[in-house]
Amino acid sequence: MGDWVEIWSYLAETPLIWLSATLAAYIIGDWCATRAGRAPLVNPVLVAVVLLAAVLWLTGTSYADYFEGAQFVHFLLGPATVALAVPLWLHRATVRRALLPVLAALVAGSGVAVFSVLWIAQAYGLPSDLLATLAPKSTTAPVALGISESLGGSPTLTAVLVILTGMIGAIVVTPLMNALRIRDWRARGFAVGVAAHGIGTARAFQVNPQAGAFAGIGMALNAMLTALLAPWALGLFL
Amino acid sequence: MIHALALILACQLAGEILARLVALPVPGPVIGMALLFVLMLASPRIAQSTLPTGEAILRHLSLLFVPAGVGVVGHLGLLASHGTGLALALVVSTVLALAAGAGAFMLVAQLTGSTAQQEGPHDG
Repeated sequence: MGDWVEIWSYLAETPLIWLSATLAAYIIGDWCATRAGRAPLVNPVLVAVVLLAAVLWLTGTSYADYFEGAQFVHFLLGPATVALAVPLWLHRATVRRALLPVLAALVAGSGVAVFSVLWIAQAYGLPSDLLATLAPKSTTAPVALGISESLGGSPTLTAVLVILTGMIGAIVVTPLMNALRIRDWRARGFAVGVAAHGIGTARAFQVNPQAGAFAGIGMALNAMLTALLAPWALGLFL
Repeated sequence: MIHALALILACQLAGEILARLVALPVPGPVIGMALLFVLMLASPRIAQSTLPTGEAILRHLSLLFVPAGVGVVGHLGLLASHGTGLALALVVSTVLALAAGAGAFMLVAQLTGSTAQQEGPHDG
């Protein structure tokens, strides 16, 4: 048994083990989501996070030690944000055709997302350091983490709030739009892309391809607008 | 592939430098996204060569926020003490943002006569 202790103490010092564990946990999460028919409640990231948190707790590993390995995945958030230009470029003709409705929906959706969450959080008496963490909650995770960090929030907590927001949006969008009698797939898709980023976009693609394309555009445009809007909005509340 | 990756990293690097030079509140990668979009518009060759790599990165976008998500282990106390407030803020704000976005889209689409011409075939 001495060998295993030796192997563990060797592995615990290299990034390899936590990098592998991150990918394995995500693959398990993705498998669960597929098995659940991509139901919004079974989110692959949430499953992976719960699994990894349990493993860290069981092995007595600190988050800092885990991050030594996981940082290689984390680093790719930046290049992935830059790559959001690709769906924007692919759908440039669609955006141009519906330019005015798209801009109106972007400003309304993005503005309401940022201001309403700050207003509710303050009215409910949440501590003010949580406001910076909450402000970018509707933005796609890589951008939200960057905004949260630059505003003095907690990027790790923002990551979880962003995932929860995406799940909420994906769950409520179809019943809400039906109740509001909004049948235009462009409007339904764009709104969910702005309010619930990639998780909402994935949901929109399941429902209708045109809704999915507009959701992708909404997500990419909202990433830029929230980056400009959030610092200003937060200044009004603090 | 390697050219596209180098271009994406170069855009991010330029974005980070610009953000610090001009003291912009926008994260560097977001400026990088705008830069790459302008480059793709300017040159169809750049656009075509960036396309597959960009799509490959975005296909597994959700994997990338697992490491940050695991950071929740450091905030369990905070989540327990403010769980109700956070849940209320997230749910109400998301519903309001969805309604505002879709409502504004419909209103302006009707005003400008931009109707949903492709609605039928994709329905169902």
